[in-house]
Amino acid sequence: MSTEALIQVIASGLLMGLIYALIAVGLSLIFGLMDVVNFAHGEFLMVAMYATFGLWLVSGIDPVLLAPAVTALLFVMGALVYLGIVRYAMRAKANIGMVQIFATFGLAILIQGLSQYFFTPDYRSISNTWLGGHTLNVFGVYLPWPQIYGGVISVLVFGGLYLLMSRTDFGRALEATREDQGAVALVGIDRNRVFALGWGLGAALVGIAGAVLAIFYYIHPQVGATFALIAYVTVALGGFGSVFGALVAGVIVGLVEALTAVILPSSLKAVGVYALYLGVVFVRPSGLFGRL
Amino acid sequence: MTSAVLPNSVLANENAFASRRRNQLIIAGLIFAAVAALPRFVTDVYMQNVLILTLMFAALSQSWNILGGYCGQISLGHALYFGVGAYATTVLFVKYGVSPWFGMLAGGAMSAVLALALGWPCFRLKGHYFSIATIVIAEIGLLLVHNWDYLGGALGIQWPFGPDNWATLQFARDKIPYFYFALGLFIVTWLVTYFIEESRWGYWWRAVKDNPEAAASLGVTVFESKMAAAAISAFFTAIGGAFYAAFVAYIDPESVMAFRFSLLMALPAVLGGIGTLWGPAVGAAILIPITEITRSYAGGGGSGLDLIIYGTLIMVVALAKPEGILSIFRRSAKSENAS
Amino acid sequence: MSAEPILKVENVTRRFGGLVANSGVNVEVRQGEILGLIGPNGAGKSTLFNLIAGAFPPSEGKFIFEGKDITNLSAPRRCQLGIARTFQVPKSFDTMTVIENVIVGGFVRHPGAAAARRAALEVLDFAALSHRANSPASELTPPEKRRLEVARALATQPRLLLLDEVMTGLTPSEARLGVDLVKRVRDQGVTVVMVEHVMEIVMPLVDRAVVLDLGRVLAEGTPAEVVRDPRVITAYLGERHRAA
Repeated sequence: MSTEALIQVIASGLLMGLIYALIAVGLSLIFGLMDVVNFAHGEFLMVAMYATFGLWLVSGIDPVLLAPAVTALLFVMGALVYLGIVRYAMRAKANIGMVQIFATFGLAILIQGLSQYFFTPDYRSISNTWLGGHTLNVFGVYLPWPQIYGGVISVLVFGGLYLLMSRTDFGRALEATREDQGAVALVGIDRNRVFALGWGLGAALVGIAGAVLAIFYYIHPQVGATFALIAYVTVALGGFGSVFGALVAGVIVGLVEALTAVILPSSLKAVGVYALYLGVVFVRPSGLFGRL
Repeated sequence: MTSAVLPNSVLANENAFASRRRNQLIIAGLIFAAVAALPRFVTDVYMQNVLILTLMFAALSQSWNILGGYCGQISLGHALYFGVGAYATTVLFVKYGVSPWFGMLAGGAMSAVLALALGWPCFRLKGHYFSIATIVIAEIGLLLVHNWDYLGGALGIQWPFGPDNWATLQFARDKIPYFYFALGLFIVTWLVTYFIEESRWGYWWRAVKDNPEAAASLGVTVFESKMAAAAISAFFTAIGGAFYAAFVAYIDPESVMAFRFSLLMALPAVLGGIGTLWGPAVGAAILIPITEITRSYAGGGGSGLDLIIYGTLIMVVALAKPEGILSIFRRSAKSENAS
Repeated sequence: MSAEPILKVENVTRRFGGLVANSGVNVEVRQGEILGLIGPNGAGKSTLFNLIAGAFPPSEGKFIFEGKDITNLSAPRRCQLGIARTFQVPKSFDTMTVIENVIVGGFVRHPGAAAARRAALEVLDFAALSHRANSPASELTPPEKRRLEVARALATQPRLLLLDEVMTGLTPSEARLGVDLVKRVRDQGVTVVMVEHVMEIVMPLVDRAVVLDLGRVLAEGTPAEVVRDPRVITAYLGERHRAA
């Protein structure tokens, strides 16, 4: 394999990895906040992709400009899912882990059904966009513009997240809530409000990812499931609850997937990622940056 | 603490317990007999099919319940063991002419060994980390089978057509024998659970689920307990997979190893009551007919209505009855005692 | 009482990262006695207790139980040999009933469920919990939960019973019942080591006391000797000052 081809693989893997990190970070954030794994995370992504598609279809506005609207929509959806479902799942006295898993699984199936009902199981795609189909040639390495756009957005979002967590009152409230839920009540933070905002934020993050993916990926009711497992692996690899871990793990996942595809048939490219993930958690059961 | 004379309270408690166990067995016998009579009244082939699937998932969920419900290790990768059972039986029968009865046991044994090999690293993981590892391992299995030509790859393997025969487990004309096989499998898994429940493993598993640290201090070998539960659970799951292969007579990776099978094995137990003797059966009796019937009547043309009903049902039960449907009866029994 | 101690703690040190929780601890527990392990907060009592029970290994040193080196044995293995413990924060099996909790412990001595159940019923009788046998453990009151902890440990038929602050948070009348239970356990020939923070309860009950401070053994002897020891008074006074 030539050096150029290798650079090509690494560059594509890196960009895809940044997008994976963007998909996964909301999941990790919600888990860090309240120890809940959202098994409908992939379906949040799917909703964001359909929202982008639907808005584009109706308005003809380019998906790049639609991203803020989709993000806001997902924020509202995340907060509502917390207030309408997850809040009640957390009240269970028995089997609380199971209740969370299956309440969010049920939601995932419901969302799949709804999207099939409204959009049919057909594969959709957005055509004639500013970025779609265009590539950037850097000394013989071809990079598709949608992926470059996704990578840049991902870096910006992680930068913004860092500022949010460290510089704002909301970030500190999030941090306080995840440190000690009992103390939070004492200092007068409304837990429900923080949790609802946290779910909103987590969903908004995956909303951005969906608005990016919709440009270059087929949209169908099962598309969430395709990315969900990668997101869970990314979060578990980085360590549940760690924002920085999600970024590092996302990039690793993207690179390993791209390199595996060189060695094995592309239908097996995920196997490399899964094997790496298993290797890591068997040595470090809480992931690379997880709290033990 | 060995006293020559037992207090009366001890004997009374022992007698009450023994009669409760005996009654459970008698009631179970009556229920099994009633179910066995069902084909006399259900003559519609479609409904017979639903009954067979219900019994099969009751048995599968009963097997899942051993590891997930009693021992508290939430596996979401049992499709792997189901697939091993289905493929082992199919390959041995189709390629080598080995009786499915033997293939079934071979698949069960392979699954049990696989569960032990995977349990070695996986049981170090806790909570969600464990569950996600099980999903990932099952997914690796699915991808490998997809790309494994010997196992038919993505195309899968077709069972040859033969005469209706218990020896080869093939019944093309009349599905009733499958009904009895599935019922038999469910009864076996129920009895295994019934007897293990009142044994060292049964108590140790529940202790491991509730508090592994306290369990270890009481002499419970936590790791070995989990391994035993995993092996038994995987064995019967594979038997279920072998049955399914014979029943549908055609398998491919998606039809026996997809993630939804892992979910379908866990859900009935969760729905009915996790870690209980009848939870999986009650859950399957509700969930499977609804799934099948909505799929046939509402799922036509991929409208998604079946998924909407199914998803809502799961959510509502998880939120409204976290301890499962059976907990309704347990609560009323308790208040009777109190009054 | 035989001359050979039932448990010897030899030069045990335990570090957590940079923190030294126990340093060069030597303790001998005599056959059939009630030994109090006392000391101010953060003295290393709980660490030593967990080390004896096998919850985690020591950084250095050895544990000899009935002449056998048990340093490298797991908690379940130590339980089989005859060491049982309770937890400071009760860890009952909350999806199980009271009797089922106790049966779990019985399986170390009885392979069959019927024998384990019978033994559990007898233990419940002994611990005055028979009337609660079929209640879910989650519904017990805090003092009942502490008695369940003791009953569960007794079901393993220990020769050495480790009690971790079983009297803490009890009312005086509940504490009297607790003291009575501990004495009856000892009368069965079980050696008892109890960690307690409340001196007033422990001192009349124990045969000997070991005082820990800052991870080391500060003093050792009969309760009367120990409370007169100026170093012990200083350690406890110091704590009162810290607490104030």
